[in-house]
Amino acid sequence: MGKEKTMKQGMFEVLSNVPLADKTWEMTLAGDTSAITAPGQFVNIRLEGCYLRRPISVCDWQEGQLTIIYKVVGKGTEIMVNLAPGGRLDILTGLGNGYDLSKSGDMPLLIGGGAGVPPMYGLAKRLLAQGKKPRVIMGFNRENEIYYVNKFGELGIEPVVTTADGSVGVKGFVTDAMEPGYSYTYCCGPEPMLKAVYNASTTSGQYSFESRMGCGFGACMGCSCQTKYGSMRICKDGPVLEKEVIVW
Amino acid sequence: MVDTSVKLLGLELDNPVIPASGTFGYGREFTELYDINILGSFSFKGTTREPRYGNPLPRIAETASGMLNSVGLQNPGIHSVINKELPELAKVFHKPVIANISGFSLDEYVYCCQLIDKEPQVGIIEVNISCPNVHGGGLAFGADPVAAGEVTAAVKEVTTKPVVMKLSPNVTSIADVALACQKNGADGVSLINTLMGMRVDIKKRKAILANLTGGLSGPAVFPVALRMVWQVYEAVNIPIIGMGGVSSAEDVIEMMLAGATAVQVGAANLVDPYACKNIVEALPGIMEELGIEKLVDIIGGAHG
Repeated sequence: MGKEKTMKQGMFEVLSNVPLADKTWEMTLAGDTSAITAPGQFVNIRLEGCYLRRPISVCDWQEGQLTIIYKVVGKGTEIMVNLAPGGRLDILTGLGNGYDLSKSGDMPLLIGGGAGVPPMYGLAKRLLAQGKKPRVIMGFNRENEIYYVNKFGELGIEPVVTTADGSVGVKGFVTDAMEPGYSYTYCCGPEPMLKAVYNASTTSGQYSFESRMGCGFGACMGCSCQTKYGSMRICKDGPVLEKEVIVW
Repeated sequence: MVDTSVKLLGLELDNPVIPASGTFGYGREFTELYDINILGSFSFKGTTREPRYGNPLPRIAETASGMLNSVGLQNPGIHSVINKELPELAKVFHKPVIANISGFSLDEYVYCCQLIDKEPQVGIIEVNISCPNVHGGGLAFGADPVAAGEVTAAVKEVTTKPVVMKLSPNVTSIADVALACQKNGADGVSLINTLMGMRVDIKKRKAILANLTGGLSGPAVFPVALRMVWQVYEAVNIPIIGMGGVSSAEDVIEMMLAGATAVQVGAANLVDPYACKNIVEALPGIMEELGIEKLVDIIGGAHG
């Protein structure tokens, strides 16, 4: 998918690091973002005290500035919570293929679940810039996990929110809010959700996968998955896979 | 001007720094970042007779100062390596490479080595008898001096290029295995492959790796690797390629003082894609600081 991309290693400065929702934080950073070419790509962050870098999806970027949203799930992200503005981080950027916007059609459906919401923001923004009319569904477990509804609102999109416990929006899963009329499906979230959307979707689409990674740039084969066309590295050939190649 | 060059089994290396097999693919990902011709050589991804998908995910787990992997020798197979990967590699790397060969039977080692021996790009054949992540292959040969000797003899019979046996640390006496390889004609040995390890997810109460166990690498294993290089140096008189947690020019020098003629860099490449470049560039400065004129002079220098 897409042309051969080039990653970059660079030092970034933390501009802000704030909680958005339960165990969910947003960090903005200043640095060279020129290697980032598509929404759905990720960065790999070196953290003091962790041997391996931490892969985090890109939420949004512009020249010189990067926004990421991360869920606090373990040692690495707990360290990130304590990073104050002014702190410096060694980050690999331009990793992964990202979403291909050219296939979206006029009314693509964007579905993000939990920590899978952030790339949908960057994607929605760029689809809008191309004159497309993206619809957005965001899935969470409960009310205190919800974030970024207002950010989508600022783009002029009113996202449909689903919660598993019914505390806000549609009760149930993202698939309960999928209504016909969309031209294409973009999806990012936990694997059971990807699979449910894959089965429920009536269009072609692109699905972003997660994996424990070694390097994050295609060298170690630590995250290879089976596809209809042989083995693909989630970090390099993905994380976005087209519906037609996915094997569950 | 200090001299970083070393001679390794007939090859003149500009420096002793060699990316270790499985951490550098076929070089492509790194040529995006720098000219990999600054490397002494490089050992490409372990290759078997048939294409191998490898182990199920997850294959990676972090540890203190290191990582576990259970990739399981994923590779496109020897024919694809010869027909596709080597010609691609030749475009970006103009020095002799180290061909890393794995197998699940004597026949398979022989088959692959026979084929790769004909490739002009290949300067050294590194025979992996130490992969801890596959069943019935790799380590099954490297854990036993007799079996290691048999693979060595069989491979030597069908090759004209220097053969280096890659040894496992998961043995009682690595020196005995090294000696058996030497007796059966090995031109050199490389060590260590990864140490077998495991992690359990305390929330899920199950092993993190789908394969349950994996190979430990990274700075955590450096002192173990260094000790083994030391012991093997005392036992054999063929060259040693030292590896295991090497992350800096200082580590390279330490490995060489313990007995290594050249040094492979593994896990460090995954954390910092510039690791090898940084080491190559830092070497002359460190040598000057330490009063080393020629790097070859320090090989085994810490032995009495």
